[in-house]
Parts: sequence; structure tokens; C-alpha cells
Amino acid sequence: MEPIIRVDHLTHTYSAGTPFERSAVQDMSLDVMPGEFLGVIGHTGSGKSTLIQHLNGLLKPTAGHIYLNGQDIWAKPREIRQVRFRVGLVFQYPEYQLFEETARADIAFGPRNMGLGEEEIDRRVRDAAAFVGLEEALLDRSPFELSGGQKRRVAIAGVIAMEPEVLILDEPTAGLDPAGRELILRQIRAYHASRGTTVILVSHSMEEIARNVDRIAVLHRAGVYMTGTPAEVFARAEELERIGLDVPQVTKVALALRRRGVAVDGAVYTVEALERALLALKGGGEGC
Amino acid sequence: MLKDITLGQYFPGDTPIHRLDPRTKLLCLILFIVALFCAKWFVSYALVLALLLVAIVVSGVKLKALTKGLRTVYIIVAFTAVMNLFFTPGQAVSQLPVLNHITWEGVRTAAFMVARIVMLIMGSFLLTYTTSPIALTNALDRLLSPLKKLHFPVHELTLMMSLALRFIPTLIEETDKIMSAQKARGADFESGNILRRAKALVPILVPLFVGAFRRADELATAMESRCYHGGEGRTALHVLRYRPADYAALAAFVLLVAAVIVLRRFGL
Repeated sequence: MEPIIRVDHLTHTYSAGTPFERSAVQDMSLDVMPGEFLGVIGHTGSGKSTLIQHLNGLLKPTAGHIYLNGQDIWAKPREIRQVRFRVGLVFQYPEYQLFEETARADIAFGPRNMGLGEEEIDRRVRDAAAFVGLEEALLDRSPFELSGGQKRRVAIAGVIAMEPEVLILDEPTAGLDPAGRELILRQIRAYHASRGTTVILVSHSMEEIARNVDRIAVLHRAGVYMTGTPAEVFARAEELERIGLDVPQVTKVALALRRRGVAVDGAVYTVEALERALLALKGGGEGC
Repeated sequence: MLKDITLGQYFPGDTPIHRLDPRTKLLCLILFIVALFCAKWFVSYALVLALLLVAIVVSGVKLKALTKGLRTVYIIVAFTAVMNLFFTPGQAVSQLPVLNHITWEGVRTAAFMVARIVMLIMGSFLLTYTTSPIALTNALDRLLSPLKKLHFPVHELTLMMSLALRFIPTLIEETDKIMSAQKARGADFESGNILRRAKALVPILVPLFVGAFRRADELATAMESRCYHGGEGRTALHVLRYRPADYAALAAFVLLVAAVIVLRRFGL
């Protein structure tokens, strides 16, 4: 299968030619497959934000190429806006970008920029609002009157309403309480499952990534350190800890059990999986 | 991009110029400007230029960085030069049409004017490149403190200045972020007539203002929770103290002004 997005030897240098020059991304290559749920993880300064801003053409590569469906997105620089409609990017703390008088108008901003008709815009706004669980009544309120979690969902709906082929979310749960976090993640999962859209989730929380994605790309020092399924990546837990990344707590428990001679699978990364593994060891018992 | 704005940019370093007391640097700049405006003839200009060059070399600031700051005023410089070139009365350079309006006096005045503006700007940029904004406002606070006796709100003024300076980079970064976020939703800032472009700014300005007010509110709370109650009885973390190097620098610039004034007497 052809990748939907191909990152080919991407390098990006900020402030070239000044004392502040630094490469945020250095010779990075990565393939994103159609319909997959990819997690991008890495700590601050690993190049996550710079990478994703290249995927929709907000940043121009210093060197290297970005291909969308096999086409170099910078082949026609005048049509870069079309790329932004096809690759939707939700920034960190997206609620700070709300500006319209009503939530409805704000969600409609993207579709309106696409030049769609009023009926189509209205349908998309209602669909997007339903996807993120916003009630109809809230849509006519000012976005500044809504709660933090609701604002966040309005902002995410604003990108979903463009119905992009690829949806990228940069730390969509940052600053939310656990319930709000789980709610947003559940909605993103449901969106991915029902639409079959490619979703890229950027996070530094291992737990969040582990529970949601099909494949993980670990970024470290401006490059891709490893990629693989969660099981493959967490099997290398010691390496992750060495580069300063955390592993999910259950994986830590599983690793500690292994060190004490309990033969559980070291790549366990959800509570349910650990439970199954422990029950299997007990000899298929009925549970605790 | 917005990040290329050089206004008030500071390049950290550890040169004798960086280490000078910010008050010294501020006073030296004032003296430098006085000398520049008193200078009348080549000899004086050469003196001023020589001191400026010494300061630039010692500071380790690249000449390229300084000329980059000039880019914003090219038009003013060119305008001044052309005006002086054509409208100074005196002996014509040539009898040819158009050129007969240019006088030798005009050429000289234009050259001096350009030299003056360029040196003025380079000197000011040298100050902001080698002095952090906080140090500068501190210096201003101390230099203006005698005015407190006249009930002039020096502390409030310098506090406002340092807050404004502190938040310029934050606001620029925020603007960059909001622009990116709106561009990601297909906002178009580059095409259309003036009215459309002005309308395109709404999605940037509204979140920017909302953010600025939110930040001001948070800052006020943070300051109050650390018992800020105005400048009364406040002590400084870094107490400014003149060192021998400061006296030397001040002496050099006082001498420069004196020399230029004396030379002016002799028409040099």
C-alpha cells in the first residue's frame, strides 16, 4: 500500500544565519499509511511540533520533501492552501484561536474558507459538533462563555468540519482534567473508527498513546528513534527510559514482575492485558 | 517572518561592553548623540566614527547584525540625502539639466546627514544588542530617580516599560502561533484588496487581545500574590555599581563631546 504521507529526509533549521540557529528536525524520514492511527511521541524539543507543521505546509522544509498521496506538496506553492484542507491540524491549546461571535460561526470558519455552499457548511458544522459531543444549544453561545473542555471541543470541531483526509492533533488533552481527557480521546477514537480517516496523535503521555494508537513513532533529538506497534515499542522499555521517555505504569509493573522471576510478557501496556497475562499464568483461573 | 524583527533584540555575550553598567551605556549613548549633532566637519565625524568603531569591535557584535537594523530606515536615509542634494543653495556641480540643481554644498550636507543617521542608528542598536531590556529599564529607573522628589512616577513608568518589553517577544510568538492555527483552517492573509486583508486580520486580532488581557490578569494576580505593592521600599536583586571601566568609558565619551565642541570653534 502507498503511504498517504511520506516524509522524505526532512530537515528544518530555525533562524538560519543568526546566533540562535538550530535544527529542530534533522534528516527525518517517516511513512504514514492511509487509515492508520499513528502516535507521535517524544519529549519537548524532539521536533514533534516542527514535524507536524510540515505535514500541512505551514513550514517549508529547509531540505527534503513531504509527499501527500505521492505528490510533493511544495510542487505548486500557490496551491498550498488546498493541502491544508486535506491535512487538518489541531494545534496545542486550540481554544486560544477561537474568535467568532458564536461557536457555530467559529466551526464554520474552515469550511467557509474552502468556499463551500451554505447548506454544505451547515451540514458539516452539525456533523463536526456531533462528533465532538457538543449539544446543538451550545453552538449559538459565544465561545468565550463555554467551559475549557467545551472550548477545546469547539476548536477541534473547527478542523474536523473541513473533513480532512488526515487529522493531526497536537497534545489535544493538555491541561484538561482526567474525565475531559478521556472524553476527548474517546471521541477521537470514535471519529477514526467511523470515518476511517488517518489520524496522527502527538503526545508526550505514554499512557495516552499506548491506549489509542495502532503504531508509534518515537522522536528523539530531531530524528525518528524507532517506530512500531505499541507492543514492539514498549518491549524496548529500557531504551525508552534511557532517552528520557516514560513507559506506561503497567509496563513498569510487568517489567518489575519479570525481574522477580514472574514470566509475564514485558511488552504489556494496558491494565487489561496485564490482567490477562497474570490470569494465564495462574492457569486460566476465574479472576481475582 | 515576524521573528526577524530586530527591535530591542539582545544578543547575550560577555565582552567589556556587555559588562559595562547599563547606566554608563545609556549615558554614553546620549553623549555620543550630542557629539554626533555637534560635529560639523570631517575631522569631528572621523573622531565620532573612530569611537563607534572601537565600541563595535570590543562588543563583538557582527557588523552584519548592525546593518540589518538599518534596513528599516533606508527610505528615510535616502529621502534625506536626496532632499539635501537638491535643495541646498550653493555652487552647482555641473551645467547639465537636472544636475545643475545639485550643489557641492548639497553633496557635502547629504553625505554628513547620511553619516549622522547611520551612526546614530548603529550606536543605538549597539546599546540594545549588548544590554538586556531589563538592565536598560533598571538603568532608567536609577537615572530618573531624582525626579521622584517631584512626585514623578518613575517606578511605575519603568515597570510599565519593562513589562511592555518583556511581553513583546511573547506577543510576537503568540501572533505567530495564532496565524499558523488560522492558516491551518485555510485563512488567507496574502491575497485580496485592502478591505479583504483588513477583514482577514480579525481572526488574529481577537484571540491576540483576548490572550493579552488574560495574561495581564494572570500577571497582576501573580505579582500581588508575591506581595508587590509598588516601588516603595523595594530593593534591587542586582545592585548597579559603577566600576573603573565605567568611569573610563564615560571619560572617553565626555572627552569626545569636548573635542567635537572645540573643533567646532575652529570650523573643523
